[in-house]
Amino acid sequence: MNTAVARLQRQFQDYIVSLYQQGFLDNQFTELRNLQDEGTPDFVSEVVSLFFDDCAKLIKNMSRSLEQPENVDFKQVDSGVHQLKGSSSSVGARRVKNVCISFKECCDVQNREGCLRCLQQVDYEYKVLKTKLQDLFKLEQRILQAGGTIPQVDI
Amino acid sequence: NRNGWRRSRRSKAKTELSSLSLVSLFSLLFCLQRAMPRDGAVSCIQRSEMIGIGIGELESPPLDSDQVHVLAVDDSLVDRIVIERLLRITSCKVTAVDSGWRALEFLGLQEDKASVEFDRLKVDLIITDYCMPGMTGYELLKKIKESTSFREVPVVIMSSENVLTRIDRCLEEGAEDFLLKPVKLADVKRLRNYLTRDVKVSDGNKRSIPEDVSRFSSPALITSPTPPSSSSITSMESLDSSSLVEFVSSSPPSPVVDDDSLTSSPESLMSPVDSPIDGCRLDVDH
Repeated sequence: MNTAVARLQRQFQDYIVSLYQQGFLDNQFTELRNLQDEGTPDFVSEVVSLFFDDCAKLIKNMSRSLEQPENVDFKQVDSGVHQLKGSSSSVGARRVKNVCISFKECCDVQNREGCLRCLQQVDYEYKVLKTKLQDLFKLEQRILQAGGTIPQVDI
Repeated sequence: NRNGWRRSRRSKAKTELSSLSLVSLFSLLFCLQRAMPRDGAVSCIQRSEMIGIGIGELESPPLDSDQVHVLAVDDSLVDRIVIERLLRITSCKVTAVDSGWRALEFLGLQEDKASVEFDRLKVDLIITDYCMPGMTGYELLKKIKESTSFREVPVVIMSSENVLTRIDRCLEEGAEDFLLKPVKLADVKRLRNYLTRDVKVSDGNKRSIPEDVSRFSSPALITSPTPPSSSSITSMESLDSSSLVEFVSSSPPSPVVDDDSLTSSPESLMSPVDSPIDGCRLDVDH
C-alpha cells in the first residue's frame, strides 16, 4: 500500500469529518458528493463555486439596500436572504444557512442594525467555507495525482 | 456501497467520447423533430451552467421516445443545476428553465408566441419551485392545468418552506406532489413512481424506466420535513448521454436583488402576483 496515498486519504477523511462536526456542512453536502462520479468529477466543486458567486452578489446587493439608514428596502433584503438561505440549504452550507435564519428575523422586524450584523456574519461565513472547501478539493486533487481514490466518507 | 472513485483523465475522456458518439447516433438514426422551439429560446449557455454534462453541445439530441422528459423550473441557478443532476442520474432527460414564463413558452402555451413546430411536445413531468419572481409555481401550475395539451402532465411543486396552506392549495389545484427543499435523490427517485403509474403510453412506446425507486413508508404529503436519506446510495445510475438543455431568459438572469427588472418575463403576460397571504416574497419592485 502506498503510504503517501494512505496518508493523504487519512488527511482528507479527517478534514471532511471535521467540517461536518464543526457545523460547516450538513448532509445535503453528502447528497451532492453522492451525485458526483467519474463522468462528472467536478460537479461538487462547480456547484459550490456557483453558490459562492451567488453569495457575493446577493451580499453586495443587500449591503447596498441597507446602506442608507433612512431608506432601507427591507423587502429587497428579505428577498436576498430568502435566496441565500435557499441556495445555502441546497449545497449543505449549514453555517451560512443558519445565519440566514437570524437574518430573516431581523428583516421581519426591520432591525437595520441587526441586519447589518447578520450581513457581516454571512459574508464571513461564506468566505470561511469557501477557503475550507478549496482546501478540501486540493486534498482531493493531491490524492488523485498520487494515484489514489477519494475515500467515501459516511457521516 | 462504493469503495471510492477513480477519476483518471483517461476515463473522463472515454466517457465524453462514448457520450458524443451516442449523441451523433441519435442524431443520425432518429429523425424525430427536436424538442426545441425555433424562436431562439435557447440563449447562450454559460460554461458555468454546463456542469457535469461532459458534452460540449448546446443543443440536445432529438428526444428518444422511450426516455422520460422532465421540465424543471427554478429561478435559482444553484437549485437548477442540482435538480438537473438529480433527474439525469435517474435517467430522465431534463429541460431546465428559470421562470414560469419561460416554462409556458417552452410548452407552447404563451399566446403571443407561435406554437412549436412539432405535433406534440413530450413532457412527462413538470417540477417547479414555488417561490419565483413574476410567476409563482402555483400560478404556473394553474396555467398548466388549464391547458388542454398539458393538464394531464403531473406537476410537482418544490418549496423551501413547509407551509400547510401552501401545500393544500397546490394539491387542490392538481399538483401531484410537494417536495420540501433541499431536494434529495430519494425524493426524485420516488417521483418516478408517478411516471410509471400515470403516464399514458401511446403507440406502444416502451418506457424503460428503471425499477430502482426508493421505498417510502409515508406518503409524500407530509407535514414534517422529509427524513434525511442515508448518506450513501447503493448504486449509481449510469449517466444517460443526453446533454443538458437549459433555457435562460433573454434578459440577464435576474435574481430579485438586481436593479434591473426582476422578472424574466414581460409584465403584460403576468398574471396577478401571488396572494400576500402566502408570503411568497420574491415580488419586489425596484
